[in-house]
Amino acid sequence: MAVQFEQKTIDEFEGIAKRYPVRRAALLPALWLAQREFGWISEEAMVCVAKLVGVSPMQVMEVAGFYTMYQKNKPGKYHLQVCQTIACLLAGSEEIKKTIERVLDLKPGQTTPDGQFSYQTVECLASCHTAPCMQVNDDYHENLTPESTEKLIAELRKK
Amino acid sequence: MATELQLTKRYGVKDSYRLKVSLETGGYASLPKLFAMTPEQVVEEVKASSLKGRGGAGFPTGMKWSFVPKNTGKPVYLVVNADESEPGTFTDRYLLANDPHLLLEGIICASFAIGCHTSYIYIRGEFKQQFDRLNDAIDEAKKAGYLGKNIQGSGFDLEVYVHRGAGAYICGEETGLLESLEGKKGQPRIKPPFPAVQGLFACPTIVNNVKTIASVPWIISNGAKNYSSIGTQESPGTHIFGLSGHVNQTGYWELPFGMPMMDFINNYGKGVKGKLKAVIPGGSSCPILTAKECEDLTLTYESMKAHGTMFGTGCAIIMNEHTDMAEVLKNLTHFYADESCGQCTPCREGTAWEDRLMKKILAGEGTVKDLDLMLETADNMEGKTICVFASALAMPVRSFIKKFREDFEKRLIKNTVSVPETVS
Repeated sequence: MAVQFEQKTIDEFEGIAKRYPVRRAALLPALWLAQREFGWISEEAMVCVAKLVGVSPMQVMEVAGFYTMYQKNKPGKYHLQVCQTIACLLAGSEEIKKTIERVLDLKPGQTTPDGQFSYQTVECLASCHTAPCMQVNDDYHENLTPESTEKLIAELRKK
Repeated sequence: MATELQLTKRYGVKDSYRLKVSLETGGYASLPKLFAMTPEQVVEEVKASSLKGRGGAGFPTGMKWSFVPKNTGKPVYLVVNADESEPGTFTDRYLLANDPHLLLEGIICASFAIGCHTSYIYIRGEFKQQFDRLNDAIDEAKKAGYLGKNIQGSGFDLEVYVHRGAGAYICGEETGLLESLEGKKGQPRIKPPFPAVQGLFACPTIVNNVKTIASVPWIISNGAKNYSSIGTQESPGTHIFGLSGHVNQTGYWELPFGMPMMDFINNYGKGVKGKLKAVIPGGSSCPILTAKECEDLTLTYESMKAHGTMFGTGCAIIMNEHTDMAEVLKNLTHFYADESCGQCTPCREGTAWEDRLMKKILAGEGTVKDLDLMLETADNMEGKTICVFASALAMPVRSFIKKFREDFEKRLIKNTVSVPETVS
Protein backbone atom coordinates (compact mmCIF):
# COMPACT_ATOMS: atom_id res chain seq x y z
CA MET A 1 0.00 0.00 0.00
CA ALA A 2 1.33 3.37 -0.95
CA VAL A 3 2.32 5.63 1.93
CA GLN A 4 0.43 8.88 2.31
CA PHE A 5 0.86 12.00 4.39
CA GLU A 6 -1.78 12.78 6.98
CA GLN A 7 -3.73 15.95 6.29
CA LYS A 8 -2.23 17.76 9.27
CA THR A 9 1.27 17.06 7.97
CA ILE A 10 0.26 18.43 4.59
CA ASP A 11 -1.03 21.57 6.33
CA GLU A 12 2.21 21.84 8.31
CA PHE A 13 4.17 21.54 5.09
CA GLU A 14 2.14 24.27 3.40
CA GLY A 15 3.02 26.57 6.32
CA ILE A 16 6.72 25.78 5.89
CA ALA A 17 6.60 26.18 2.09
CA LYS A 18 5.40 29.79 2.53
CA ARG A 19 8.76 30.68 4.08
CA TYR A 20 10.47 30.39 0.73
CA PRO A 21 9.83 32.28 -2.51
CA VAL A 22 10.41 29.03 -4.42
CA ARG A 23 8.45 25.94 -3.40
CA ARG A 24 11.28 23.54 -4.17
CA ALA A 25 13.31 25.09 -1.34
CA ALA A 26 10.98 23.26 1.04
CA LEU A 27 12.25 19.88 -0.20
CA LEU A 28 14.58 19.23 2.75
CA PRO A 29 11.86 20.10 5.29
CA ALA A 30 9.43 17.86 3.35
CA LEU A 31 11.87 14.95 3.58
CA TRP A 32 12.17 15.56 7.34
CA LEU A 33 8.39 15.45 7.64
CA ALA A 34 8.34 12.21 5.64
CA GLN A 35 10.97 10.66 7.87
CA ARG A 36 9.05 11.70 10.98
CA GLU A 37 5.79 10.29 9.66
CA PHE A 38 6.95 7.12 7.90
CA GLY A 39 10.09 6.34 9.95
CA TRP A 40 12.36 6.31 6.93
CA ILE A 41 12.59 7.46 3.31
CA SER A 42 11.43 4.58 1.14
CA GLU A 43 11.01 4.97 -2.61
CA GLU A 44 7.28 5.25 -1.99
CA ALA A 45 7.92 8.05 0.49
CA MET A 46 10.03 9.81 -2.14
CA VAL A 47 7.14 9.67 -4.60
CA CYS A 48 4.87 11.05 -1.91
CA VAL A 49 7.30 13.91 -1.17
CA ALA A 50 7.64 14.63 -4.88
CA LYS A 51 3.88 15.10 -5.20
CA LEU A 52 3.72 17.30 -2.13
CA VAL A 53 6.54 19.59 -3.20
CA GLY A 54 5.75 19.53 -6.89
CA VAL A 55 9.03 18.16 -8.19
CA SER A 56 9.87 14.88 -9.95
CA PRO A 57 10.53 11.71 -7.92
CA MET A 58 14.01 11.66 -9.47
CA GLN A 59 14.78 15.09 -8.01
CA VAL A 60 13.69 13.86 -4.59
CA MET A 61 15.78 10.73 -4.94
CA GLU A 62 18.95 12.62 -5.80
CA VAL A 63 18.51 14.96 -2.83
CA ALA A 64 17.52 12.19 -0.39
CA GLY A 65 20.56 10.24 -1.55
CA PHE A 66 22.95 13.13 -1.02
CA TYR A 67 22.19 13.68 2.67
CA THR A 68 23.21 10.95 5.09
CA MET A 69 20.58 11.66 7.74
CA TYR A 70 17.69 10.65 5.50
CA GLN A 71 17.38 6.95 6.19
CA LYS A 72 17.10 5.06 2.94
CA ASN A 73 16.72 1.79 4.87
CA LYS A 74 14.40 1.26 7.78
CA PRO A 75 16.43 1.97 10.93
CA GLY A 76 16.00 0.24 14.27
CA LYS A 77 13.92 1.71 17.07
CA TYR A 78 17.22 3.03 18.41
CA HIS A 79 19.58 4.23 15.74
CA LEU A 80 23.15 4.34 17.09
CA GLN A 81 25.35 6.81 15.23
CA VAL A 82 28.92 6.62 16.47
CA CYS A 83 31.27 9.47 15.65
CA GLN A 84 34.61 8.21 14.36
CA THR A 85 36.31 11.45 13.32
CA ILE A 86 39.64 12.70 14.66
CA ALA A 87 38.84 13.96 18.19
CA CYS A 88 36.70 10.90 18.90
CA LEU A 89 39.45 8.68 17.46
CA LEU A 90 41.97 10.25 19.86
CA ALA A 91 39.57 9.70 22.75
CA GLY A 92 38.90 6.03 21.98
CA SER A 93 35.98 5.77 19.53
CA GLU A 94 37.42 2.51 18.16
CA GLU A 95 36.70 0.90 21.53
CA ILE A 96 33.13 2.22 21.45
CA LYS A 97 32.63 0.77 17.99
CA LYS A 98 34.04 -2.59 19.09
CA THR A 99 31.75 -2.60 22.13
CA ILE A 100 28.64 -2.01 20.04
CA GLU A 101 29.72 -4.56 17.46
CA ARG A 102 30.33 -7.15 20.20
CA VAL A 103 27.25 -6.49 22.35
CA LEU A 104 24.76 -6.19 19.50
CA ASP A 105 26.57 -8.40 16.99
CA LEU A 106 26.23 -5.69 14.36
CA LYS A 107 28.42 -4.20 11.69
CA PRO A 108 27.99 -0.60 10.51
CA GLY A 109 24.87 -0.38 8.36
CA GLN A 110 23.14 -3.33 10.01
CA THR A 111 20.02 -3.68 12.17
CA THR A 112 19.34 -6.28 14.86
CA PRO A 113 16.86 -8.99 13.75
CA ASP A 114 14.30 -7.77 16.33
CA GLY A 115 14.44 -4.27 14.82
CA GLN A 116 15.47 -2.68 18.12
CA PHE A 117 18.93 -1.38 17.20
CA SER A 118 20.60 -0.18 14.05
CA TYR A 119 24.19 1.00 13.93
CA GLN A 120 26.06 3.39 11.73
CA THR A 121 29.39 5.20 11.94
CA VAL A 122 29.16 8.93 11.27
CA GLU A 123 31.52 11.85 10.79
CA CYS A 124 32.22 14.65 13.28
CA LEU A 125 29.20 15.39 15.50
CA ALA A 126 30.71 18.61 16.94
CA SER A 127 31.22 17.05 20.33
CA CYS A 128 35.01 16.93 20.25
CA HIS A 129 35.61 18.09 23.84
CA THR A 130 33.23 15.42 25.16
CA ALA A 131 34.56 12.62 22.94
CA PRO A 132 33.93 9.87 22.26
CA CYS A 133 30.35 10.53 21.41
CA MET A 134 27.37 9.01 19.67
CA GLN A 135 23.87 10.03 18.78
CA VAL A 136 20.99 7.71 19.56
CA ASN A 137 18.16 8.95 17.36
CA ASP A 138 18.29 12.72 18.10
CA ASP A 139 20.05 12.55 21.48
CA TYR A 140 23.75 13.01 22.14
CA HIS A 141 25.59 10.65 24.49
CA GLU A 142 29.03 11.98 25.35
CA ASN A 143 32.22 11.04 27.20
CA LEU A 144 31.49 7.41 26.38
CA THR A 145 33.48 4.49 27.73
CA PRO A 146 33.01 0.84 26.76
CA GLU A 147 31.26 0.34 30.12
CA SER A 148 28.88 3.30 29.75
CA THR A 149 28.11 2.25 26.18
CA GLU A 150 27.18 -1.25 27.32
CA LYS A 151 25.05 0.19 30.12
CA LEU A 152 23.26 2.53 27.73
CA ILE A 153 22.42 -0.33 25.38
CA ALA A 154 21.09 -2.37 28.32
CA GLU A 155 18.91 0.57 29.40
CA LEU A 156 17.53 1.10 25.91
CA ARG A 157 16.76 -2.61 25.67
CA LYS A 158 14.61 -2.37 28.80
CA LYS A 159 12.60 0.60 27.56
CA MET B 1 41.28 43.15 34.21
CA ALA B 2 39.24 40.35 32.72
CA THR B 3 37.59 41.20 29.42
CA GLU B 4 33.81 41.44 29.49
CA LEU B 5 32.15 38.37 28.06
CA GLN B 6 30.30 39.19 24.87
CA LEU B 7 29.21 35.81 23.58
CA THR B 8 28.96 33.53 26.59
CA LYS B 9 27.76 35.78 29.40
CA ARG B 10 24.43 33.93 29.75
CA TYR B 11 25.97 30.46 29.74
CA GLY B 12 25.13 28.76 33.01
CA VAL B 13 22.26 31.15 33.78
CA LYS B 14 19.06 29.19 34.39
CA ASP B 15 16.79 29.16 31.31
CA SER B 16 19.30 31.35 29.48
CA TYR B 17 17.60 30.49 26.19
CA ARG B 18 14.33 32.13 27.22
CA LEU B 19 13.43 35.63 26.07
CA LYS B 20 12.57 36.70 29.62
CA VAL B 21 16.05 35.79 30.89
CA SER B 22 17.66 37.38 27.86
CA LEU B 23 15.81 40.66 28.42
CA GLU B 24 16.64 40.67 32.13
CA THR B 25 20.33 40.37 31.31
CA GLY B 26 20.67 43.01 28.62
CA GLY B 27 19.33 41.09 25.64
CA TYR B 28 18.20 43.16 22.62
CA ALA B 29 19.70 46.27 24.29
CA SER B 30 21.54 47.17 21.08
CA LEU B 31 18.29 47.78 19.18
CA PRO B 32 17.50 51.38 20.24
CA LYS B 33 21.01 52.37 19.19
CA LEU B 34 20.77 50.32 16.00
CA PHE B 35 17.53 51.94 14.86
CA ALA B 36 18.92 55.40 15.59
CA MET B 37 21.63 54.72 12.99
CA THR B 38 21.35 54.48 9.22
CA PRO B 39 22.11 51.11 7.63
CA GLU B 40 25.23 52.65 6.07
CA GLN B 41 26.42 53.76 9.49
CA VAL B 42 25.97 50.23 10.83
CA VAL B 43 28.06 48.81 7.98
CA GLU B 44 30.72 51.44 8.63
CA GLU B 45 30.72 50.71 12.35
CA VAL B 46 31.23 46.97 11.76
CA LYS B 47 33.92 47.77 9.19
CA ALA B 48 35.65 50.00 11.72
CA SER B 49 35.54 47.25 14.34
CA SER B 50 37.60 45.00 12.00
CA LEU B 51 35.40 42.05 12.96
CA LYS B 52 36.47 39.02 10.94
CA GLY B 53 34.31 36.09 9.89
CA ARG B 54 34.49 33.28 12.44
CA GLY B 55 33.57 30.46 10.06
CA GLY B 56 37.13 29.73 8.99
CA ALA B 57 38.15 32.10 6.21
CA GLY B 58 38.39 35.18 8.44
CA PHE B 59 37.04 37.60 5.84
CA PRO B 60 36.30 41.11 7.22
CA THR B 61 32.57 41.15 7.98
CA GLY B 62 31.85 44.83 7.34
CA MET B 63 33.58 44.67 3.98
CA LYS B 64 31.52 41.62 3.01
CA TRP B 65 28.35 43.51 3.89
CA SER B 66 29.42 46.48 1.79
CA PHE B 67 29.51 44.24 -1.32
CA VAL B 68 25.70 44.01 -1.37
CA PRO B 69 24.61 46.01 -4.43
CA LYS B 70 22.09 48.78 -3.80
CA ASN B 71 18.68 49.19 -5.42
CA THR B 72 18.66 46.05 -7.53
CA GLY B 73 14.92 45.69 -6.97
CA LYS B 74 15.58 42.21 -5.62
CA PRO B 75 15.26 41.13 -2.00
CA VAL B 76 18.47 40.81 0.04
CA TYR B 77 18.97 37.74 2.21
CA LEU B 78 21.01 37.13 5.32
CA VAL B 79 21.88 33.47 5.82
CA VAL B 80 23.45 32.34 9.07
CA ASN B 81 25.76 29.39 8.72
CA ALA B 82 25.08 27.12 11.71
CA ASP B 83 26.26 24.01 9.89
CA GLU B 84 29.11 23.54 12.37
CA SER B 85 30.82 20.42 10.99
CA GLU B 86 34.56 21.09 10.83
CA PRO B 87 36.23 18.24 12.72
CA GLY B 88 37.49 19.56 16.05
CA THR B 89 34.91 22.36 16.23
CA PHE B 90 32.03 22.44 18.70
CA THR B 91 31.33 25.94 20.04
CA ASP B 92 28.39 27.15 17.90
CA ARG B 93 26.46 24.19 19.23
CA TYR B 94 26.48 25.72 22.72
CA LEU B 95 25.82 29.26 21.61
CA LEU B 96 22.71 28.08 19.76
CA ALA B 97 21.49 26.08 22.74
CA ASN B 98 22.38 28.58 25.48
CA ASP B 99 21.67 31.92 23.91
CA PRO B 100 19.56 31.78 20.74
CA HIS B 101 18.30 35.31 21.44
CA LEU B 102 21.83 36.71 21.14
CA LEU B 103 21.97 35.24 17.65
CA LEU B 104 18.55 36.70 16.81
CA GLU B 105 19.66 40.12 18.09
CA GLY B 106 22.72 39.86 15.85
CA ILE B 107 20.53 38.84 12.92
CA ILE B 108 18.39 41.95 13.43
CA CYS B 109 21.50 44.16 13.46
CA ALA B 110 23.01 42.55 10.36
CA SER B 111 19.71 42.46 8.46
CA PHE B 112 19.08 46.12 9.17
CA ALA B 113 22.57 46.94 7.90
CA ILE B 114 22.22 45.11 4.59
CA GLY B 115 18.52 45.78 3.99
CA CYS B 116 17.34 42.22 4.53
CA HIS B 117 13.78 41.36 5.52
CA THR B 118 13.97 37.56 5.37
CA SER B 119 16.78 35.69 7.06
CA TYR B 120 17.46 31.97 7.20
CA ILE B 121 19.50 30.10 9.77
CA TYR B 122 20.92 26.96 8.17
CA ILE B 123 21.56 24.49 10.98
CA ARG B 124 23.15 21.06 10.66
CA GLY B 125 20.65 18.22 10.91
CA GLU B 126 22.26 16.64 13.96
CA PHE B 127 21.52 19.74 16.08
CA LYS B 128 17.88 18.82 16.70
CA GLN B 129 17.81 20.31 20.20
CA GLN B 130 19.26 23.59 18.92
CA PHE B 131 16.83 23.57 15.99
CA ASP B 132 13.91 23.34 18.43
CA ARG B 133 15.40 26.00 20.70
CA LEU B 134 15.85 28.41 17.80
CA ASN B 135 12.29 27.89 16.62
CA ASP B 136 11.00 28.51 20.16
CA ALA B 137 13.16 31.61 20.47
CA ILE B 138 11.84 32.95 17.16
CA ASP B 139 8.25 32.42 18.36
CA GLU B 140 8.98 34.22 21.62
CA ALA B 141 10.74 37.10 19.88
CA LYS B 142 7.94 37.47 17.36
CA LYS B 143 5.24 37.59 20.04
CA ALA B 144 7.20 40.26 21.91
CA GLY B 145 7.72 42.40 18.82
CA TYR B 146 11.42 41.70 18.37
CA LEU B 147 10.79 40.01 15.03
CA GLY B 148 8.04 40.40 12.43
CA LYS B 149 6.55 43.69 11.31
CA ASN B 150 7.74 47.05 12.64
CA ILE B 151 10.25 45.72 15.17
CA GLN B 152 10.00 47.76 18.40
CA GLY B 153 8.28 50.55 16.52
CA SER B 154 11.26 51.09 14.23
CA GLY B 155 9.40 50.52 10.98
CA PHE B 156 11.85 47.72 10.20
CA ASP B 157 10.38 44.31 9.26
CA LEU B 158 12.20 41.01 9.57
CA GLU B 159 11.23 37.35 9.45
CA VAL B 160 13.70 34.68 10.53
CA TYR B 161 13.36 31.00 9.62
CA VAL B 162 15.42 27.98 10.60
CA HIS B 163 16.30 25.54 7.85
CA ARG B 164 17.53 22.14 8.94
CA GLY B 165 20.28 20.37 6.99
CA ALA B 166 20.47 16.61 6.85
CA GLY B 167 24.06 15.46 7.15
CA ALA B 168 26.57 16.82 4.64
CA TYR B 169 29.83 18.54 5.63
CA ILE B 170 29.98 20.38 2.32
CA CYS B 171 26.90 22.42 3.23
CA GLY B 172 29.19 24.43 5.52
CA GLU B 173 30.70 25.86 2.32
CA GLU B 174 28.62 28.95 1.69
CA THR B 175 27.46 28.23 -1.85
CA GLY B 176 26.89 24.54 -1.08
CA LEU B 177 24.78 25.79 1.80
CA LEU B 178 22.76 28.02 -0.53
CA GLU B 179 22.13 25.14 -2.93
CA SER B 180 20.94 23.06 0.00
CA LEU B 181 18.69 25.88 1.17
CA GLU B 182 17.15 25.90 -2.31
CA GLY B 183 16.26 22.22 -1.94
CA LYS B 184 19.11 20.74 -3.95
CA LYS B 185 22.21 18.66 -3.38
CA GLY B 186 24.73 20.81 -1.51
CA GLN B 187 27.20 21.12 -4.35
CA PRO B 188 29.18 24.39 -4.29
CA ARG B 189 28.73 26.94 -7.05
CA ILE B 190 31.33 28.45 -9.34
CA LYS B 191 32.38 31.92 -8.17
CA PRO B 192 32.01 34.63 -9.35
CA PRO B 193 29.25 35.60 -9.08
CA PHE B 194 29.74 35.78 -5.33
CA PRO B 195 26.71 35.36 -3.08
CA ALA B 196 26.72 39.06 -2.14
CA VAL B 197 25.75 39.78 -5.75
CA GLN B 198 23.89 36.59 -6.70
CA GLY B 199 23.26 34.19 -3.87
CA LEU B 200 20.08 32.65 -2.51
CA PHE B 201 17.32 32.47 -5.15
CA ALA B 202 19.72 34.47 -7.37
CA CYS B 203 19.37 37.48 -5.05
CA PRO B 204 22.06 39.40 -3.12
CA THR B 205 22.93 37.28 -0.08
CA ILE B 206 25.28 37.55 2.86
CA VAL B 207 26.34 34.31 4.53
CA ASN B 208 27.87 34.73 7.99
CA ASN B 209 28.85 32.30 10.71
CA VAL B 210 26.94 32.08 14.03
CA LYS B 211 29.68 33.68 16.14
CA THR B 212 30.26 36.45 13.59
CA ILE B 213 26.62 37.49 13.83
CA ALA B 214 26.55 37.02 17.62
CA SER B 215 29.50 39.43 17.91
CA VAL B 216 27.62 42.29 16.25
CA PRO B 217 25.24 43.42 19.07
CA TRP B 218 28.18 44.19 21.38
CA ILE B 219 29.82 46.25 18.64
CA ILE B 220 26.62 48.24 18.11
CA SER B 221 26.10 48.77 21.86
CA ASN B 222 29.70 49.61 22.73
CA GLY B 223 31.10 50.98 19.51
CA ALA B 224 33.78 49.84 17.09
CA LYS B 225 36.51 51.63 19.00
CA ASN B 226 35.89 49.69 22.19
CA TYR B 227 35.66 46.46 20.23
CA SER B 228 38.94 46.96 18.43
CA SER B 229 40.68 47.83 21.70
CA ILE B 230 40.21 44.18 22.72
CA GLY B 231 42.57 41.54 21.35
CA THR B 232 45.20 42.51 18.80
CA GLN B 233 45.14 45.03 15.98
CA GLU B 234 44.61 42.40 13.31
CA SER B 235 42.45 40.13 15.46
CA PRO B 236 40.19 42.35 17.51
CA GLY B 237 37.50 41.19 19.90
CA THR B 238 36.82 37.94 21.67
CA HIS B 239 36.23 34.44 20.42
CA ILE B 240 35.10 31.14 21.87
CA PHE B 241 38.22 28.99 21.74
CA GLY B 242 38.04 25.23 22.07
CA LEU B 243 40.35 22.40 23.08
CA SER B 244 39.96 18.71 22.37
CA GLY B 245 42.25 15.72 22.25
CA HIS B 246 45.06 15.02 24.70
CA VAL B 247 44.67 17.79 27.27
CA ASN B 248 43.68 17.28 30.89
CA GLN B 249 40.70 19.59 30.57
CA THR B 250 38.91 19.74 27.23
CA GLY B 251 36.33 22.45 26.69
CA TYR B 252 35.67 25.96 25.41
CA TRP B 253 36.36 29.43 26.78
CA GLU B 254 35.58 32.92 25.56
CA LEU B 255 38.80 34.90 25.51
CA PRO B 256 40.20 37.95 23.80
CA PHE B 257 42.40 37.13 20.82
CA GLY B 258 46.14 37.07 21.45
CA MET B 259 46.80 34.51 24.16
CA PRO B 260 49.87 32.33 23.54
CA MET B 261 48.77 28.83 22.47
CA MET B 262 50.89 27.17 25.16
CA ASP B 263 49.35 29.35 27.90
CA PHE B 264 45.92 28.41 26.58
CA ILE B 265 46.81 24.71 26.66
CA ASN B 266 48.47 24.88 30.07
CA ASN B 267 46.16 27.28 31.90
CA TYR B 268 42.80 26.37 30.41
CA GLY B 269 43.47 22.86 29.17
CA LYS B 270 45.38 22.11 32.41
CA GLY B 271 48.33 20.88 30.38
CA VAL B 272 48.93 18.12 27.87
CA LYS B 273 48.34 14.50 28.86
CA GLY B 274 51.91 13.36 28.29
CA LYS B 275 54.30 15.25 26.02
CA LEU B 276 53.02 17.53 23.27
CA LYS B 277 53.60 16.22 19.76
CA ALA B 278 51.31 18.20 17.49
CA VAL B 279 48.46 20.68 17.30
CA ILE B 280 45.82 21.15 14.62
CA PRO B 281 44.98 24.73 15.49
CA GLY B 282 41.59 25.48 13.97
CA GLY B 283 39.77 22.44 12.65
CA SER B 284 40.98 19.52 10.57
CA SER B 285 41.52 21.50 7.36
CA CYS B 286 44.30 23.61 8.89
CA PRO B 287 47.90 22.50 8.38
CA ILE B 288 49.23 20.70 11.47
CA LEU B 289 51.89 22.26 13.73
CA THR B 290 54.69 20.57 15.65
CA ALA B 291 55.22 21.17 19.39
CA LYS B 292 58.20 23.38 18.53
CA GLU B 293 56.11 25.54 16.19
CA CYS B 294 53.56 26.09 18.96
CA GLU B 295 56.12 27.64 21.29
CA ASP B 296 55.65 31.16 19.95
CA LEU B 297 52.17 30.72 18.47
CA THR B 298 49.38 33.01 19.64
CA LEU B 299 45.63 32.69 19.23
CA THR B 300 45.33 35.23 16.42
CA TYR B 301 44.70 35.18 12.69
CA GLU B 302 48.13 36.74 12.04
CA SER B 303 50.19 34.36 14.17
CA MET B 304 48.53 31.30 12.62
CA LYS B 305 49.26 32.69 9.16
CA ALA B 306 52.88 33.42 10.06
CA HIS B 307 53.24 29.78 11.16
CA GLY B 308 51.98 28.53 7.81
CA THR B 309 48.60 27.48 9.06
CA MET B 310 45.18 29.08 9.53
CA PHE B 311 43.11 30.38 12.41
CA GLY B 312 40.18 28.38 11.05
CA THR B 313 37.50 27.98 13.70
CA GLY B 314 39.75 28.59 16.71
CA CYS B 315 39.19 25.10 18.08
CA ALA B 316 42.46 23.22 18.53
CA ILE B 317 43.03 19.46 18.53
CA ILE B 318 45.96 18.51 20.78
CA MET B 319 48.00 15.34 20.25
CA ASN B 320 50.57 13.78 22.54
CA GLU B 321 53.74 11.79 21.87
CA HIS B 322 51.87 8.47 21.68
CA THR B 323 49.82 9.63 18.70
CA ASP B 324 50.53 7.88 15.43
CA MET B 325 50.26 10.54 12.77
CA ALA B 326 49.69 7.92 10.07
CA GLU B 327 46.57 6.76 11.94
CA VAL B 328 45.37 10.34 12.31
CA LEU B 329 45.93 11.19 8.65
CA LYS B 330 44.07 8.05 7.63
CA ASN B 331 41.19 9.25 9.76
CA LEU B 332 41.21 12.53 7.85
CA THR B 333 41.58 11.01 4.39
CA HIS B 334 38.58 8.84 5.20
CA PHE B 335 36.60 11.87 6.35
CA TYR B 336 37.32 13.90 3.21
CA ALA B 337 36.80 10.95 0.85
CA ASP B 338 33.46 10.31 2.54
CA GLU B 339 32.34 13.95 2.51
CA SER B 340 33.50 15.01 -0.99
CA CYS B 341 30.36 16.12 -2.82
CA GLY B 342 31.65 14.42 -5.96
CA GLN B 343 31.19 17.38 -8.26
CA CYS B 344 34.82 18.01 -9.32
CA THR B 345 37.02 15.19 -10.55
CA PRO B 346 40.28 16.24 -8.79
CA CYS B 347 38.44 16.20 -5.46
CA ARG B 348 36.22 13.15 -5.95
CA GLU B 349 39.09 11.04 -7.27
CA GLY B 350 41.87 12.74 -5.29
CA THR B 351 40.31 12.30 -1.86
CA ALA B 352 39.57 8.65 -2.66
CA TRP B 353 43.13 8.11 -3.88
CA GLU B 354 44.59 9.66 -0.74
CA ASP B 355 42.37 7.44 1.38
CA ARG B 356 43.28 4.27 -0.51
CA LEU B 357 46.99 5.08 -0.27
CA MET B 358 46.72 5.69 3.47
CA LYS B 359 44.92 2.37 3.91
CA LYS B 360 47.64 0.66 1.93
CA ILE B 361 50.36 2.26 4.08
CA LEU B 362 48.58 1.35 7.30
CA ALA B 363 48.21 -2.23 6.10
CA GLY B 364 52.01 -2.34 5.86
CA GLU B 365 51.90 -2.60 2.08
CA GLY B 366 53.05 0.91 1.22
CA THR B 367 56.30 1.96 -0.36
CA VAL B 368 58.05 5.31 -0.48
CA LYS B 369 56.51 5.74 -3.93
CA ASP B 370 53.10 5.79 -2.28
CA LEU B 371 54.14 8.67 -0.07
CA ASP B 372 55.36 10.52 -3.14
CA LEU B 373 52.11 9.74 -4.90
CA MET B 374 50.15 11.15 -1.96
CA LEU B 375 52.07 14.42 -2.23
CA GLU B 376 51.66 14.50 -6.01
CA THR B 377 47.94 13.85 -5.65
CA ALA B 378 47.70 16.70 -3.14
CA ASP B 379 49.29 19.01 -5.73
CA ASN B 380 46.76 17.86 -8.30
CA MET B 381 43.85 18.60 -5.98
CA GLU B 382 44.67 22.00 -4.57
CA GLY B 383 43.28 24.98 -6.43
CA LYS B 384 41.84 22.81 -9.19
CA THR B 385 38.25 22.58 -8.00
CA ILE B 386 35.16 24.76 -7.57
CA CYS B 387 35.50 25.11 -3.79
CA VAL B 388 38.31 24.76 -1.25
CA PHE B 389 37.29 21.30 -0.02
CA ALA B 390 40.05 19.57 -1.99
CA SER B 391 42.62 22.00 -0.57
CA ALA B 392 41.29 21.24 2.89
CA LEU B 393 42.65 17.72 2.49
CA ALA B 394 45.71 18.61 0.41
CA MET B 395 47.01 20.87 3.20
CA PRO B 396 46.88 18.26 5.98
CA VAL B 397 48.35 15.59 3.67
CA ARG B 398 51.34 17.77 2.87
CA SER B 399 51.90 19.06 6.40
CA PHE B 400 51.52 15.65 8.07
CA ILE B 401 53.94 13.92 5.71
CA LYS B 402 56.45 16.78 5.80
CA LYS B 403 56.47 17.25 9.57
CA PHE B 404 55.96 13.69 10.78
CA ARG B 405 57.49 11.68 7.96
CA GLU B 406 59.03 9.13 10.36
CA ASP B 407 55.53 8.03 11.45
CA PHE B 408 54.81 7.13 7.83
CA GLU B 409 58.20 5.72 6.90
CA LYS B 410 58.23 3.22 9.72
CA ARG B 411 55.10 1.68 8.20
CA LEU B 412 56.55 1.28 4.72
CA ILE B 413 57.92 -1.93 3.31
CA LYS B 414 61.45 -1.78 4.71
CA ASN B 415 63.62 -2.05 1.62
CA THR B 416 61.90 0.87 -0.04
CA VAL B 417 62.50 3.44 2.68
CA SER B 418 64.33 6.37 1.20
CA VAL B 419 67.62 5.99 3.06
CA PRO B 420 70.42 7.77 1.23
CA GLU B 421 72.60 5.14 -0.36
CA THR B 422 76.23 5.14 0.65
CA VAL B 423 79.01 4.04 -1.63
CA SER B 424 81.43 1.76 0.11
